[in-house]
Amino acid sequence: MSRDFSMVAKHADQWIPCHAGSDGAFWMGVTHVILKEYHADRQVPYFMEYVKRYTDCPFLVELEKEGDHYKPGRMLRANRISKYKDIENGDWQLLNIDAANGRLVCPKGTIGSRWAKEKTGNWNLKYEDFLDNSAYDPELTLLNQSDDVYQVEFVEYGLKKTALRGIPVKMVETIDGNKVPVATIYDLAMGQYGVGRGLKGEYPASYDDDKQAYTPAWQEIFTGVGRETVIKFAHEWAGTAEITKGKCMVIVGAAINHWFHGNLMYRAAIMAQLFTGCNGVNGGGMNHYVGQEKLAPVDSWSTIMAAKDWVPGNRLQQAPIWHYINSDQWRYDSNQMDYNSVPKDNKYSQMHSADWTVMSVRNGWMPFYPQYNKSNLDVVKDAEASGAKTDDEIRKYIVEKLKSKDLRHSVADPDDEINFPRNWFIWRGNALMSSAKGHEYMLDHYLGTHNNKIADEVAGRLVSEIIWREAPKGKMDLVVDINFRMDTSALYSDIVLPTASWYEKADLNSTDLHSFIHPLSAAVAPVWESRSDWQIFQALAKKVSELAPAHLPKPVKDVINAPLSHDSPDEITQPRMQDWAKGECEPVPGKTMHKLVFVERDYTQIYNKFISLGPNIKSATLGAHGVSFMADDVYAEMLEDKRHVQKVNGVEYPSVKEDVEAVNAVLTLSTLTNGKLNDRAYKNMEKKTGLVLADLGEGSKDVRIDYKDLQSQPRRYNTSPLWSGLMNNGRAYCAYTYNVDRLVPWRTLTGRQHTYLDHDGYIAFGEHFTTYKPSPTPQVYGDIRKTVNDGKAVMLNVLTPHGKWHIHSTYGDTLRMLTLSRGIEPCWMSEEDAAAIGVKDNDWVEVYNDHGVYCTRACVSARIPRGVCIVYHSPERTYTVPKSQVRGNRRAGGHNSFTRVHLKPNLMTGGYAQFSFHFNYWGPVGANRDTHALVRRMDKVEF
Amino acid sequence: MDVRSQVSMVFHLDKCIGCHTCSIACKNIWTDRKGAEYMWWNNVETKPGTGYPTKWEDQEIYKGGWEKNGDSVSLKGAGKFKGLKNIFHNPHLPVLDDYYEPWTYKYQDLFTAPEGDDQPTARPVSLVTGEHMDVQAGPNWDDDLGGSPDYARQDYNLNQLSQAEQEAMFQLERMTFFYLPRICNHCLNPACVASCPSGAIYKRGEDGVVLINQERCRAWRMCVTACPYKKSYYNWHTGKSEKCVLCYPRLESGQAPACFHSCVGRIRYLGVLLYDADKIQKIASVPEDQLVDAQMDIYLDPFDPEVIRKAQLNGIADSTIEAAQKSPVYKFVKVWKLALPLHPEFRTLPNLFYVPALLPTMATVSNGIYDSTSKSLWNDVSQNRLPMKYLASLFTAGNTSKIVEVMKRLMAVRLHRRGVTVGDLNRNEISSAMSEAQVDAETADAIFRLTSLATFDERFVIPPAHREESIEMLENTGDVKGNTGFGFKERPARGL
Ligand code: SF4
Ligand code: SF4
Repeated sequence: MSRDFSMVAKHADQWIPCHAGSDGAFWMGVTHVILKEYHADRQVPYFMEYVKRYTDCPFLVELEKEGDHYKPGRMLRANRISKYKDIENGDWQLLNIDAANGRLVCPKGTIGSRWAKEKTGNWNLKYEDFLDNSAYDPELTLLNQSDDVYQVEFVEYGLKKTALRGIPVKMVETIDGNKVPVATIYDLAMGQYGVGRGLKGEYPASYDDDKQAYTPAWQEIFTGVGRETVIKFAHEWAGTAEITKGKCMVIVGAAINHWFHGNLMYRAAIMAQLFTGCNGVNGGGMNHYVGQEKLAPVDSWSTIMAAKDWVPGNRLQQAPIWHYINSDQWRYDSNQMDYNSVPKDNKYSQMHSADWTVMSVRNGWMPFYPQYNKSNLDVVKDAEASGAKTDDEIRKYIVEKLKSKDLRHSVADPDDEINFPRNWFIWRGNALMSSAKGHEYMLDHYLGTHNNKIADEVAGRLVSEIIWREAPKGKMDLVVDINFRMDTSALYSDIVLPTASWYEKADLNSTDLHSFIHPLSAAVAPVWESRSDWQIFQALAKKVSELAPAHLPKPVKDVINAPLSHDSPDEITQPRMQDWAKGECEPVPGKTMHKLVFVERDYTQIYNKFISLGPNIKSATLGAHGVSFMADDVYAEMLEDKRHVQKVNGVEYPSVKEDVEAVNAVLTLSTLTNGKLNDRAYKNMEKKTGLVLADLGEGSKDVRIDYKDLQSQPRRYNTSPLWSGLMNNGRAYCAYTYNVDRLVPWRTLTGRQHTYLDHDGYIAFGEHFTTYKPSPTPQVYGDIRKTVNDGKAVMLNVLTPHGKWHIHSTYGDTLRMLTLSRGIEPCWMSEEDAAAIGVKDNDWVEVYNDHGVYCTRACVSARIPRGVCIVYHSPERTYTVPKSQVRGNRRAGGHNSFTRVHLKPNLMTGGYAQFSFHFNYWGPVGANRDTHALVRRMDKVEF
Repeated sequence: MDVRSQVSMVFHLDKCIGCHTCSIACKNIWTDRKGAEYMWWNNVETKPGTGYPTKWEDQEIYKGGWEKNGDSVSLKGAGKFKGLKNIFHNPHLPVLDDYYEPWTYKYQDLFTAPEGDDQPTARPVSLVTGEHMDVQAGPNWDDDLGGSPDYARQDYNLNQLSQAEQEAMFQLERMTFFYLPRICNHCLNPACVASCPSGAIYKRGEDGVVLINQERCRAWRMCVTACPYKKSYYNWHTGKSEKCVLCYPRLESGQAPACFHSCVGRIRYLGVLLYDADKIQKIASVPEDQLVDAQMDIYLDPFDPEVIRKAQLNGIADSTIEAAQKSPVYKFVKVWKLALPLHPEFRTLPNLFYVPALLPTMATVSNGIYDSTSKSLWNDVSQNRLPMKYLASLFTAGNTSKIVEVMKRLMAVRLHRRGVTVGDLNRNEISSAMSEAQVDAETADAIFRLTSLATFDERFVIPPAHREESIEMLENTGDVKGNTGFGFKERPARGL
């Protein structure tokens, strides 16, 4: 499935060229057929059992009355009914109906059971009641045992229609004596997808009904793909899944993730998988090949990376938010509701994304640094000066100051000089080009240099939380690039620190998906002055320590604004979405607002801490993803090897000074490469879940892998509770097999896979159900407001997928690959669109909009459909960029010259189960696929 | 029967992802030199397209290969005789623009550009002239259907199709492409060898690798014209012609050629074919529609005792015969009849065979709505996006029934495997497809295995080199010991 006939389409049996950005609509149609034929007309036993056990389908949702009909609301909380009113974490315990007797039950495995302190060991997916352990059988549908059938409103954003559809309900008596109507999520899903099952209401009449969502005929309108294709696809999909028990897989690249509504497209595909039992089954599942560059031994690696062995707190930033605010792209953004399809009946959906960001940060949903319009160290000092002694007193002081606005979050006033980020270390990414959505805005507001944007600032009258001032230019004082090639970021940097490449250093390479851990070894010495990254940072640490006695000689207390984090009790802090700044609740750090974490910094000791493995490993657990274990004994073992010990201020620590020592520390302390720790981690998981799990680590108990082992051959790592794929006995890694085979819950609200997201923010934005939202149009999106087409250009949706031999621009910009790529990153366009503007193959063209311009050559091809063009990700300014004619003969930019960050607010929520911040996992994407630009022929090419 | 041994190749086009890793591996080892920059001994083309050098298939332009001449064949354009007459004028020789002008970038400008209003950028400069240049062509200019109006639509093989059929190939419902990696075919009847006035090109006895002796090459460039595949190249710096050497130094040490070794799609197979050299002339001159079958006839059954006896008589080592018996190429080409020679009508009897690609099935478009449906799980081969006539032009000298046979066999294997792994297809349908394609379950499983799961050792069965043979040619083995390493290219002369 791909808009163009791509290099992948060539290998397919069938090619489905759905319209760009309409993939979600296709999947909605597919799932409609699946639910109709394999769930309603005929119940495939495997599918039924799967959705019962592994999804939220049997959970109950309260229906809220609105006029003469009802709307789906939040899930019914256990503490709302008398039987469970005193249950532990009652706001986070949810309910099912027992099919055997129609009674309410409170399943184990919810987030409430995960963080239970009293009744521990019940976080599992057994069909057992959390309170009394009694067995039950979850009821999926109330179709044959409803108290009533209510007309419930379902909103469809493609045709912008609402439909009232009959949903079977049960009346539940709550502790306040009311009777509330509830429905199962399964029945609501049937309603959402428009599968009537004989119920009254505006259900589609047939697959051919194109007025009602989400039929195969309805999806035709958006995808351009025929209903017959969708029906046949659904039959092949579900038929195969039925026979093979779930062996249907979706493999997707980064593309989908980059649409403004990418989250909905993903969900739409995942729904087809959930209703056919494909997730957590080898041969099935959702394989998204993006962001998989995670280090597999994340337990030990993250400890060392973030210096948690010395300092138990860190600042890790979500990048799209940071650039959206700091590079002032928000100033050019209109209100997201102009281009986002949202319900208009609530205040949250009407806010500008910048205001949303401010709200998100202060409530602890997303991180943002710098923190305050005052030095963190000074804030603590001031607190102490005013008499605060304990941490809690300092917290109180800070909260008061924030409340009175004497102290402000930097995010709320990014254009005040005091809040500028000043020093920018770009480490290995190409942050000024390949990943720089809104490249031209960064040139202006970060660097204060020549740029080609012409967009107007429009946010002034639309924002209220973020402060509007005159736009500053060049916020950054110093840009340092650590890289092994001259890329665009290097071109703009003040200092380039050359780093060793893969074949010049000792390092590790792994991802969670491929189950092998690979070494990088120096085949040659680092060329010229380059050093490994580890040595570069070490040198920086050393310099800072040398300078510290003059500037910060004494240990100081620092306060970290830490967001409420996933996989910790933080994720059950905010049952309702409330904003303390609006007076909706009191600000309580770590509860209704971000945490205030105190750490001690001793800048004179930074280098010493860098080269040695700190004592926290002795006293605190290691782990990740909610898995933890002690490694004190392994730490002691490491100290015994006197060849690799650092003596610092008279105390011995394991050394991580040399690259290989750091590599070995990662390997020694990870469950993936140290079987003893793995066994320990599984045993801890047994305590949490009440399940037998340690057998999974039994076979690898005596595994110890070190760097030398890897150098002789990359090794497959242990099956570990850190990751959800079981790999015992040579089994291929497949995510969630741990959950499916062993009944360990997913790390979500219900502990199951969600088809329904009842977070207030999701309901506010109309994304509680999987739905289809059309792509924003160029005018409201702000791509083409000022840019005028004089008739010589054609407007196209510019797609920037990964090129076939690029990792962003790495590799793609080598002479060899440029030789195989026409010497440039061309703009691929259709024969028809090219003809319309008189462009022949290899002619020079400008691709431009309000944000900027990219000048390149056209690659005219029949495999590109009309209406879109492709600039593969990513060009560099370092080669063959001529001067732009539409921008008065000034140098053009790259593919991110015509993009700008857009943030989707509901992806910034927090403090709520799976919607809790986790670095590199949760937060909005920059969204660049919905971009439109004009393309015209250049009649003069100048360099 | 004159039994000889040939190291031969199969490329499975369904598996080629067009990554050009093969080309890079080759380039880095062999042609990263002055005068060789434009050469890609291994190149990957997109079909439909005009390839590299552009339009190489069109022998009306380049006059390569052989033409049938009664019971024999003669070189089309550059016979020794014709060539000598044209000594100073070789009008059919491709020029640099037919390949492309290699370039680099003036990277130094990024560092030395004077302060200005905007950023500096490095412009392309020619690797031939050193001057700024406008890049107009490359070694894979039409990669992935790039520039389809000028290239794909001008594909030589489209001549077999009507205008309407050609147009259809570029519409959504039918459009497709596939990759065609090419190296020297190390032909049994190499036109390059025949054309060389200096006798510089030879076919090695032990494995059939075709090589150009750099000492003897006198820059006639007849081989460049004569090779219909344009796999002999002229080095403008050294003044010698060069071509793919099938990485013979690697072969001799038991390693697969670099392009095979590095192939990401694992599309490549290498192994020995035994053939009967007595038949070359006869087979090279059969009528076009018989060429494929005739070529198959030349390859011998390595299990046949008579073949083995004759092979031994010819001095073919037992280890080579054993390699021939295990050869994956033998299986694909002779036993399973799945792999076909490229443009057999050039009559050089190429030893590189291609398994054609099964492409997405056709779709329909009406009122802007695209439908891709079929009655069965996979459509019949007649629903293939590429017309069989097109494939026939490439692989069977126009014989469409031969192509259809191969496609049906490939499809039968898939149907059988679906039966094994999922089992949702109609049994009768599967068995009738299999009997029509003449594959039984065991064969289908073997094809599946060698196609999808084969390990390195199964894909490359390299006959061991017999170093004793080269030692036998020496009078005194001590004479050559230690020569290399002391910087002598030739033995030092000792007196007269
Ligand atoms: S492909 Fe060309 S160069 Fe190679 S052997 Fe055949 S005729 Fe000679
Ligand atoms: S390396 Fe293999 S898969 Fe890649 S282009 Fe070459 S032949 Fe095709």
